[in-house]
Amino acid sequence: MSSLIPAPIASLPWRLLILLSCIATFGTVVLYSAAGGSFTPWAINQAARFCIFLAMALGISRLPVSLFAKIALPGYAAILGALVLVELIGGVAGGSQRWINLGFMQLQPSEFMKPMIVLAVSQFYAQLPVGELRRWGAIWPALVLIGLPAGLVLIQPDLGTSIMIVAGGVTAMFLAGLPLRLFVGSGLAVAAAIPIAFSFLHDYQQKRVLIFLDPESDPLGAGYHISQSKIAIGSGGIFGKGFLNGTQSHLDYLPEGHTDFVFATMAEEWGLMGGMALILSFAMLFRWGIRVALRTTDKFSRLVAAGLTTTIFFYVAINMLMVMGLAPVVGIPLPFMSYGGSSMLTVMLCIGIILAIDRGQKSPGSWT
Amino acid sequence: MKFGKSSGKIVTQASQSFSFTRRAMVLGGIQGGIGLLLAGRMAWISVAENEKYQLMSESNRVNLTLVPPRRGWIVDRNGRPLANNRTDFRVDIIPDRLRDKDATVAALANILSIAPDEVERIHEDLEKAAGFQPVEVAADLDYEQYAAVSVRLPDLPGVAPAQGFSRHYPGGATVGHLIGYVGTASAKDYEARKDPLLITPGFKLGKDGLERTFDLQLTGKPGAKRVEVTARGKVVRELTTRPDTPGNTIRMTIDAGLQEYAGRRLGTQSGSVVVIDCHSGDLLAMASMPSYDPNSFSDGISHAEWDMLSQDDHIPLRNKTLKGLYPPGSTVKPMAALSFLEAGLGPEETVNCSGAIRVGNALFHCWSRRGHGAVNMHRGIAQSCDIYFYVMAQRMGMQVIADMARRLGMGQKFPLPYPSQSYGTVPDPAWKLKKYKQDWQIYDTVNATIGQGYMLINPTQLAVMASRLASGKELMPQLLFQKDRAPPRSMGVSQAHLDIIHNAMSAVVNGGGTGGAARLPVPDVLMAGKTGTAQVRRITMAERAGGVRGNASLPFKLRDHALFQGFAPFDNPRYAIGTILEHGGHVSRVQDAPMISADVMSYLFDPAKATERLEKYEKEWGGPPAERAIAQMAEYRRVKGLQPVPGSAAPAEGANAANAAADADDQPPTTTNAAHDGEVPE
Repeated sequence: MSSLIPAPIASLPWRLLILLSCIATFGTVVLYSAAGGSFTPWAINQAARFCIFLAMALGISRLPVSLFAKIALPGYAAILGALVLVELIGGVAGGSQRWINLGFMQLQPSEFMKPMIVLAVSQFYAQLPVGELRRWGAIWPALVLIGLPAGLVLIQPDLGTSIMIVAGGVTAMFLAGLPLRLFVGSGLAVAAAIPIAFSFLHDYQQKRVLIFLDPESDPLGAGYHISQSKIAIGSGGIFGKGFLNGTQSHLDYLPEGHTDFVFATMAEEWGLMGGMALILSFAMLFRWGIRVALRTTDKFSRLVAAGLTTTIFFYVAINMLMVMGLAPVVGIPLPFMSYGGSSMLTVMLCIGIILAIDRGQKSPGSWT
Repeated sequence: MKFGKSSGKIVTQASQSFSFTRRAMVLGGIQGGIGLLLAGRMAWISVAENEKYQLMSESNRVNLTLVPPRRGWIVDRNGRPLANNRTDFRVDIIPDRLRDKDATVAALANILSIAPDEVERIHEDLEKAAGFQPVEVAADLDYEQYAAVSVRLPDLPGVAPAQGFSRHYPGGATVGHLIGYVGTASAKDYEARKDPLLITPGFKLGKDGLERTFDLQLTGKPGAKRVEVTARGKVVRELTTRPDTPGNTIRMTIDAGLQEYAGRRLGTQSGSVVVIDCHSGDLLAMASMPSYDPNSFSDGISHAEWDMLSQDDHIPLRNKTLKGLYPPGSTVKPMAALSFLEAGLGPEETVNCSGAIRVGNALFHCWSRRGHGAVNMHRGIAQSCDIYFYVMAQRMGMQVIADMARRLGMGQKFPLPYPSQSYGTVPDPAWKLKKYKQDWQIYDTVNATIGQGYMLINPTQLAVMASRLASGKELMPQLLFQKDRAPPRSMGVSQAHLDIIHNAMSAVVNGGGTGGAARLPVPDVLMAGKTGTAQVRRITMAERAGGVRGNASLPFKLRDHALFQGFAPFDNPRYAIGTILEHGGHVSRVQDAPMISADVMSYLFDPAKATERLEKYEKEWGGPPAERAIAQMAEYRRVKGLQPVPGSAAPAEGANAANAAADADDQPPTTTNAAHDGEVPE
């Protein structure tokens, strides 16, 4: 290590920071274009947020991993309480509500549940004696941990977040080493149940599903978002229409072009090349996360590192599947690209924790 | 409690660690797999389906606005326009974009000073419009009015001022039935054709007459304006504009000057004049008056105007040249005489006319109560002696007459570009048996030979009969101009027989016969012709005994029809004419069929003098047709208690005066008459 650079700076995870900065800069550029070539109202906010949240992540990376293990279950309980509170306030306000107004900001507890469920389930399995793993007692507490927040979020209603909570929790269960046949069996059961469930749906609900499968059949109604998104991506071609030349986004054909459908806005102007670069960047991020997990020996840390990486992965995968017409529209943003503070905060929390785990594993003597 | 039938495998710390590594790898693999799926999907959409999506993106972005094509002209045989286009400013309403219908219409009515019944028409059109279909508020505006609406556009959503072309008919009402008119497409038209052009503001399609028959040729190809629009329909910028291709010009056989002259010369009468070229069969004029003005029809006609036209007893909404059917009266006599000659009757055989003969148990009168004495064929035609024809028809039989009538075009439907024709009746024994299940009676023959009874003819057929009698050729009336047309075939009638008829018909006009008023006011040109009177009421024995009532004292609907057929010059026929005045009643010499025919015919030889005479007449009739129509409209509004049209004075008396003069005055002004006679060479 070069002595010219002070140790605290040299020890920063530079490769990761550059990767994240590249993605976020690209996101800012796309938001600049989505606003019709203007830093306001989105690009400037997004860039500022990224800087603040990145500093926050670096701060978190300095915390000892044991702290996360300690706050995992109490934190989970606190957020669960907040979810119940939201439900009560929403009931009083007479509509669906996902946030608590704290005065200076609006707190959306469901967003924090995404990483917290991974921490809680991981902590549960880390504390579980190894021999208990193949007993019933190793399953139901985890299912309750996942089921409560997922159910609360589902009735908000927020299907996307609910799916992400379940997916994050189940991933942690899978990594903890529960028998494989449980997952295969449940997977097959769900697959078998889909056609039966479909036949129980109302006509209009069936129609919605069918429109998802063939959005062109109702291009002005429910299929509009997906149709326009595919048009934006498809018309971009290999090299895109060029920076600031997107018509789908600039002429307002693409709905939510700066939030959930920002990928389509990007793909229209940057084409397949831009999309591949973005997918590759995210792949590098996930490879880093998984490798941190593999490097680590501590059970809790391993589960958390792999679990949080997968949580970020779910953001990216569900969003991209959605904008490309492979999944229904569920309202999951694309990390670092979509305009919005909550999702960036969550993702940066995840990255900060993974960084902390990475640091902990590197410093010798702190693990037995 | 254990689940599954665990084979007693003990999970150790080491095996759990190994399992984690394996599963983390699997997880990474799944993530990589989904990453590949996404990359593949994106490549598929943006490369393989790129063309399709690019097209969809373009069709999102680009909005194509049609520019209505300029309609093809309709020109006369010399290239003079019968229908052309005039640039104009127009204001339409797009009903879909209206926010407050009543307020908007009221504001427009105020800015453009639209008459109350026009406002009513706009409201009615708005009710009927299918939302997307533009409703015309006003057309033919001047620039100031156009600008006044344009600056107020922000407060008037749904109002669309436009600069475009409107159809113009220089001949006005005189070409109404001949050319037809144009109008905005109805919802039914759009359903049938589904052409987006039909609902483009400013587009008009042919609604009647030639405009309708030749609509597809006259409609050109629309131009297009490509504009970039946002998802909410806001226009961002104009991209390209493709000019329209005007429709084809259609050239008619009509002589525009003659057509207009004929229409005007019909004056206050309800009637029609058809002129045919005796060499080719070209129709030179087909005037049916009174008529609607296609200029105002094309702009959308007001309620009051429509009511007035449909209630008028002169039937301005019917094209009488093809759809008016009348008993031909004595105009069939030359035809009947020719049939006798062809069947072997000698022209010098005489009949003694004592004023009446008994046929069966009924008494048939000659129009001349005193009788004509000894009458041969020449006198029979010249004096229009009924008794001659009663006797000869009984001798020769109905079939010869009926066959000749058909050869001369009676009962025939001509291939003319109009949706319908009334082609009348040529009665014969077989026809009567089929139609009425009755045997032919001798009095049927007697009636038919003077053009009464079942016999019916339209004015075009009357002109065709005149042209075939004149030329001896099987002339077919034509409206579409064609340079090299096959010459018409001969009818196969002996020229000697035709000469006998021609001489007799000349005597009708020039030899002291019944048609003296048809003498041409043109030196060295003689017209041959035949007058006719068709009764529309039965004259009882009692009335005959007490003296037949004069037509002038009868209500309009009971007056006789007045007819004339003829051709000129009589010794080398060039033009043939057929004139029928509905309930003309011979009440005014100037406004009777023979003199109208003579003036129209004279236009072909000396248009300047003919026009000079016409202008003198028109002063007495209350002006040219357009002026009289305005006066009539004002009078109609006054009677109905409607608001007068702003800006137009109401010289209602003009029209009344003209009618009154026509009613009362049997004698034409002597000055005109003198001039008339004076110019005719003896």
